[in-house]
Amino acid sequence: MFAISEAPIDTLRLQHGLEADGAGAVVCFEGRVRNYNEGRAVNGLSYQAYIELAEAEGRRIVEEARGRFEIERVSCVHRVGDLALGDVAVWAGVSAGHRAAAFDACRYVIDEVKARVPVWKREHYADGESGWLHPDGTPVSG
Amino acid sequence: MNYRLLYFASLSDAAGRAEERVASEAGDVRALYAELAARHGFTFAPERLRVAVNGAFTDWDHRLADNDEVVFLPPVSGG
Repeated sequence: MFAISEAPIDTLRLQHGLEADGAGAVVCFEGRVRNYNEGRAVNGLSYQAYIELAEAEGRRIVEEARGRFEIERVSCVHRVGDLALGDVAVWAGVSAGHRAAAFDACRYVIDEVKARVPVWKREHYADGESGWLHPDGTPVSG
Repeated sequence: MNYRLLYFASLSDAAGRAEERVASEAGDVRALYAELAARHGFTFAPERLRVAVNGAFTDWDHRLADNDEVVFLPPVSGG
């Protein structure tokens, strides 16, 4: 399962979705809003997504994880909208028979989501400026 | 032909809108981007962008059809 969510991510509900009788290991990753980036103080973030394509690409990534690793369940949710410090921006979870596959698959999902899913982050800085982030870390003014 | 454009992140800021309909003689994605980059002042070189037509990733030589929905995707920064 992969979804883009306008509502806060319910991590406990998502964890329950990973339950399976053969799941001896569960690994969850939470990406949270932190108060700095590239040496600047950050007050909050806004995320925007091309939802149709983001959900299609996210589902592809989850299916790839199923094919590559011996896992039971896998899911990932990415927030959009305005987020405050500490809010969960992205959640990825995997259950598997053993921990190695659970760790590897969870890492795969979050890395691929960050690289491929059309979601963009706008940082709001403590000095009142804001900017869209791109992979080289350079904010583009606007 | 008529195309529907969606803009995101810094391209949306540069264009001053999230979407628009354009009438254009451009027959492929590359020509359409060149036209819109000139009109809106987009500074991204095509190599830094991905492109999607009708909700699916495609390449810069993709031939466009009337009423296609075209999106130029700036480098992503989710997570």
